[in-house]
Amino acid sequence: MRITLILLSCTVGALTACGPSDGTPRTTAVASVDYPAFGPMVGARLGLGRTPDKVALAAMDTDIDAEGTALPPGRGSAEEGKTLYAQQCAMCHAPDGRGMLPAFPRLLGRDPKAEGFVFADDAKLPHTIGNYWPYATTLFDYIKRAMPLTAPGSLTDAQVYALTAYLLAEDAVIPKGTTLDAISLRAVKMPYVDRFLWSDEVGASR
Amino acid sequence: MSTPDTSVTRRDLLVGAAGALGGAVLAGLPVSADGQEAAAARPTVPADPTKLQGGVTTQVGTRSPFETPTRAPYGETVGNSLTPLQDLTGVITPSDLHFERHHAGIPAIDPERHTLTIHGLVDRPLTFTLDDLKRFPQVVRTYFIECSGNGRAAYRDPKPDMTPQKVSGMISTSEWTGVPLATLFREVGASPKAKWFLAEGGDACLMTRSVPIAKAYDDAMIVWAQNGEPLRPAQGYPMRLLLPGWEGNINVKWLRRLELGMAPWMTRWETSKYTDPRPDHKADMFTFVQQPKSIITAPGYPREVKRRGWHAVNGLAWTGKGKITRVEVSTDGGKHWSDAELLGEVRPKAAVRFQQMWEWKGQETILLSRATDETGEVQPTRSALIARRGIGTDYHFNQIVGWKVERTGQVFFHGET
Repeated sequence: MRITLILLSCTVGALTACGPSDGTPRTTAVASVDYPAFGPMVGARLGLGRTPDKVALAAMDTDIDAEGTALPPGRGSAEEGKTLYAQQCAMCHAPDGRGMLPAFPRLLGRDPKAEGFVFADDAKLPHTIGNYWPYATTLFDYIKRAMPLTAPGSLTDAQVYALTAYLLAEDAVIPKGTTLDAISLRAVKMPYVDRFLWSDEVGASR
Repeated sequence: MSTPDTSVTRRDLLVGAAGALGGAVLAGLPVSADGQEAAAARPTVPADPTKLQGGVTTQVGTRSPFETPTRAPYGETVGNSLTPLQDLTGVITPSDLHFERHHAGIPAIDPERHTLTIHGLVDRPLTFTLDDLKRFPQVVRTYFIECSGNGRAAYRDPKPDMTPQKVSGMISTSEWTGVPLATLFREVGASPKAKWFLAEGGDACLMTRSVPIAKAYDDAMIVWAQNGEPLRPAQGYPMRLLLPGWEGNINVKWLRRLELGMAPWMTRWETSKYTDPRPDHKADMFTFVQQPKSIITAPGYPREVKRRGWHAVNGLAWTGKGKITRVEVSTDGGKHWSDAELLGEVRPKAAVRFQQMWEWKGQETILLSRATDETGEVQPTRSALIARRGIGTDYHFNQIVGWKVERTGQVFFHGET
């Protein structure tokens, strides 16, 4: 850590000359701290840590990326998903899927007012799955890792496929009655994916 | 959480601080759900504390019964609690008042059973215990964490009765101790092919965010301590990812796994949430960096300016882009601005306290602050931000805010800048 002392130009003058125009005194020196970047640190290793337990790592490593590369075997239908929704989801997200804000978002049905991706124009528009979500695979990943709230991670892969199919069908992304598996889920294109902009560069808001 | 996370309960005070006050009677302690001062019922203390022996030493200190800062709201599993900015001074946020934002509550974790596994595009996947991490060379740095939703209510629907806590209470600053992520990436032999890594938390939603690899070689850390002691459970005990200057959500708490890969994973939190809708009906993703921002925390609603004469108007300024270089204060609603004093050391990606002496002569006026950072970016007005991003944009609200002072000395939030 490097500490530099920045002396404002007025410190060479009389102290009172540096204050606000009303003449009240104030401190004129500001210490400034710089932190160097860590860099790639290509030196010697310390030999700490151990090889991960294969079974434990496989149990944790359930993430599904945007391409759906690691989607597991199994299949589920929107029809099965409807039954599961009533049993597992409706208590928080409501039987009609309108949700319970702010904690439990709307799950069923797009909002016609939000079509055209006009979210910046109106703070009240719900970011529904069909109106907003760019990737269908995200639904599978998230439902499997985090839902239902009362028993996270308890759904089978077939149940997760079924719920994913039901939610997508209710939002008119796929036809009602669709059955999803790894191959068909990978093929789902979300209506507004082309509206999302990103790069590998680190960014801030515009 | 099921119980209020206030650090001082009435019972604590009766049992502990009553002793500390030498047998004083504590009557009607102020209790408040929204962090405001209760009007009545002050603790009773001896008329002359120099005439009797004081309280005994204690195992764990508590605040004076006259000081009752609290986070608010509270009691949510999926929700937040905000830091009472109006009750704090300096830049360090007391750990028990650091703001909270949880997506599946605060997990109860045994540090001896918790591990961090790094795998994917690495030469040697490795699992580290907390003890392993502490054997690496440690670094100590002071950084803020700010939720990217901080300021949303004040942006969309400013109201006169908003407190500093309500306007901007999802910013907290701590001294963090940990190991550079770059050190761990060397240990596992991170592949030069890796462009992003996935960070996964050990809470009930297994929070996951994708991070560009460059951040690891800049200033990313895995931290286990905060303000001189282990992390608070609400801040990620026993270890969390710290990505200085970046939106709070990506500083994944209760960190259990890092996977190195080629592209972002597109998790729920970086697609359906934490994206910025634009007025041209597109949305920006991965807008991580918090922009320059400031807020006057004294005075501020509901505390009145009680007397005419000189007041030390002060507040906090911060930026995720580096260092704050300038904070200007206006005491006449923006007609004139003058440079405020920056108190103490200015650190990159840490809050700094600013101060401006102000003589109140009983007039109605508006107090404003405006921060500039080392990249030259200046905090915009609310109307400029709305023009750029739209009223419905969802995150990263760094608009100028202020306080209207009435002739009566009453102070109200002024958000329509």
